[in-house]
Amino acid sequence: MTGAPVTPELEKGAERAESRRGFLIGSPASAYLVLFFAIPLVLVFVYSFASRSSTGLTVLEDWNLDSYRRLLDPLVVEIFVRSFVLALITTAVCLLASYPFAYYIATRGPGLRNVLLILVMIPFWSNFLVRTYAWRVLLGSDGVISQISQALGGESIRVLFTPPAVLIGLVYGYLPFMVLPLYAAIERLDWSLVEAARDLYADGWTAFRKVTLPLSMPGIVAGSILVFIPSLGAYVTPAILGGARTVLMGDYIVSQFLAARNWPFGSALSFAVMFVMLIAAMLYFRAGARTL
Amino acid sequence: MERAAVELVGVTKRFGDDVTAVDDLELTIEDGEFFSLLGPSGCGKTTTLRMIAGFEFPTEGSIRIHGNEMGLKPPNERPVNTVFQSYALFPHMTVFDNVAFGLEMKKVSKADVEARVRRVLDQVQLAQRADARPSQLSGGMQQRVALARALVNEPEVLLLDEPLGALDLKLRQNMQYELKDLQSRVGITFVYVTHDQEEALTMSDRIGVMSNGRLLQVGDSHEIYERPTSRFVADFIGDINLIDGEISGSGSVRLSNGVEIEIPAGHDQSGSVTLALRPERLAIHRASDPPSPGRNHMKARITRRTYFGDVYFYDVDAGFDQPLEVKEENRPEIGTHDVGVEVTVSWTPDAANLVTD
Amino acid sequence: MKERTGPQGIVERLLAANAIVVYVFLYAPIVLLVIFSFNDNNNVSIWTEPSLRWYGEMFRNDEVMGALRNSLVVALVATAVSTVLGTALAISLERYRYRGRGTLDGLAYLPIIIPDVTMAVMLLIFFFQAFGILDSLTGIRLTTGLHTIILAHIAFNISFVAVVVRARIAQFDEALEEAAADLYATRWQTFRKVTLPLIAPGVAGGALLALTLSLDDVVVTQFVSGAGSTTLPVYVFGLVRRGVTPLINAVSVVMLLASMVLVGVSLGLQRSAAGRQKVLTEPSVVYERAT
Repeated sequence: MTGAPVTPELEKGAERAESRRGFLIGSPASAYLVLFFAIPLVLVFVYSFASRSSTGLTVLEDWNLDSYRRLLDPLVVEIFVRSFVLALITTAVCLLASYPFAYYIATRGPGLRNVLLILVMIPFWSNFLVRTYAWRVLLGSDGVISQISQALGGESIRVLFTPPAVLIGLVYGYLPFMVLPLYAAIERLDWSLVEAARDLYADGWTAFRKVTLPLSMPGIVAGSILVFIPSLGAYVTPAILGGARTVLMGDYIVSQFLAARNWPFGSALSFAVMFVMLIAAMLYFRAGARTL
Repeated sequence: MERAAVELVGVTKRFGDDVTAVDDLELTIEDGEFFSLLGPSGCGKTTTLRMIAGFEFPTEGSIRIHGNEMGLKPPNERPVNTVFQSYALFPHMTVFDNVAFGLEMKKVSKADVEARVRRVLDQVQLAQRADARPSQLSGGMQQRVALARALVNEPEVLLLDEPLGALDLKLRQNMQYELKDLQSRVGITFVYVTHDQEEALTMSDRIGVMSNGRLLQVGDSHEIYERPTSRFVADFIGDINLIDGEISGSGSVRLSNGVEIEIPAGHDQSGSVTLALRPERLAIHRASDPPSPGRNHMKARITRRTYFGDVYFYDVDAGFDQPLEVKEENRPEIGTHDVGVEVTVSWTPDAANLVTD
Repeated sequence: MKERTGPQGIVERLLAANAIVVYVFLYAPIVLLVIFSFNDNNNVSIWTEPSLRWYGEMFRNDEVMGALRNSLVVALVATAVSTVLGTALAISLERYRYRGRGTLDGLAYLPIIIPDVTMAVMLLIFFFQAFGILDSLTGIRLTTGLHTIILAHIAFNISFVAVVVRARIAQFDEALEEAAADLYATRWQTFRKVTLPLIAPGVAGGALLALTLSLDDVVVTQFVSGAGSTTLPVYVFGLVRRGVTPLINAVSVVMLLASMVLVGVSLGLQRSAAGRQKVLTEPSVVYERAT
């Protein structure tokens, strides 16, 4: 290293060397991401304007907007709206169930809190497919739930292959994604603010409504986005629990690539869904979260 | 001739286009001295220290350690060690391993490492806790580990970045004595950064006062305190009275309240000047007392008296915009003065310093 | 820590009841599945008597074992590579500044936000196109297989590892690295002796997350796998769509046990770790940073 007095040029040189080093350290990962993520993303975009030959192959000529026009088809819109509404309901149910739950955990002592958290995390770490499949066992016409209702004198219930089954599956799968941010937000709360509200004559419910709830809003937003986005594009859960009658976006897109062989349309669909999710994600960032 | 421990020549540090953290610094720190860089936060003292250590490079200028130009050398190639404000002890290593770290990096033999680490741990009285983790130690002990970790490498210069800031008052005062003691025993040059003027005054051989990236004054404690050359230095250290006036002769000044007083001749000022007077150099006399020879006198009225136990502080209105502050010891011979009473304040001409802005 | 004015009386009991309901909801399906896997009956839901019959069948089933082996190979390779790349990416993004860093930051988040269906579509098209170009340029014909699955898994895992490691790095006092340099350590020595040990819980948490995501993945794998290179989840998924058999129950329970073992191992590793952060709740650290 040089042992000479420093000049602005030399300092700049040192800064640039430092920058270069940082860039190099991240370069294997960034090269990988560009190659296996950014370029594929661009390809999907390109494909959405392509045409489909009579044999179902994608032809990269005759660029058109046919695929995008088809997005406005009533059938497609119906599928999209159905998926969107289901994702909303899933998010709402998760929120309603998780908030009191997260609140409860956050208000326990530190030792118990950790145990309770780990108990929530264990299903999260367990295989997603298996967890969803377990509901298939429970919800079938001779599943456990049905057996219980029959034992109570009712008739055989088959929840499986209906929208509520998918809802249950989605809520089950994504509940931890709602619980964790909520827990983090509530745990971080400055309880002296709640005490101040009580000191100023607010009762428990009012203190909650006017202090705790607004201050935990970042957690609510974070959890909601983290549940909404995967729910919107869900494929596995509806496939296992939903059956053929309720078609959702995830399955519709997949079928374009497997059964229907209409890759341009499938690409356009993917892009549309991604677009909606990016908007949701931007709302998330706008709501004050610094990182995901 | 001994080479100076640290020489900074024309050192400037700019961040981007608009922030100048250090502005054309010229400073020589002598070998073996305890030198403090004193100033408020944001004055550039920490940046200067970091440039000596090598964590930042100057935008321009030269930093020499015992005559060797440091240039763009990274910190691990410089013969200096740092004691960090947050101590920066490695949490995953024991006290022993923390202190041994530098020696191990320099590939010192295991036997030597063992001996040197044990010796320095004895010096800071932490031999008992060699196997403890930093998190198990109190703040004061962590501070001593940080010190030991730096000293064991026998650096040419030791840099300390506000090391006592996190300690409570009593502990801080004890550590101040210990550090000063340690420095004189070990003989290594200390460069000590602090915003606490009391620390600087009691511990240092010399002090450099900084503000806004500039080095305003360098001198020993007496010089800095008794002979501040700028308004900022006068104001920053201790309490001060700042009085405006006009030169009205080679040895006199007409103050803004109209009174003409004497100052020592031999200055080169003219026109408007500012006088800096320490509160303890002012004395209050009863209005009826005859003027003492060789002192400047002014009529004034007591507007406030505050009792601090060992001293009294008086605010006196002498016709200036702000009241003058006078400090008098709480001793029966001196007596006290009541609020509202007309009095005379006096001081010797050499107690006043002419300061620039 | 803080004093809590927690809810009192009836509200407290309601909250506790709600918590119990949620835990039952979370665990009941898993518990029932385990119980039924020991069922001797062919019919999945009707209980006859306990037996290990289906576990035996499973281990004798070549397809299942093949898929299991594939899953493990893919998961281990993908986790190893993505942990290294993801950690490097995290360090680069968190500790350095350079031109294009902001864009890279955004790019690194996209795989997390994107649904797996879109990811699957993207990679299918990519491999199709890439193989086509390769064929026309050089005549080499590649097909999808384990290698494409691994490449795909790495693609989404890098971001997840990076996010977890970044959260850890952000908690890390930079002064520690400066102190190491001050004590004569080169950059590499600083990394090896100070940085890496202290971000290890984050790296381990990221690796665990990557492993889990890899073992969980269905759609992406389905799209980029070829004949003979199916993984266990994809295989099970195919079976499930055709109908429920007790064999699937047994396979599922084994998969479940595997994840539990993983969790147990990391819990055990944590006990001896110097860091306070728990690997298991690393994702919650990430959420904490986010909210």
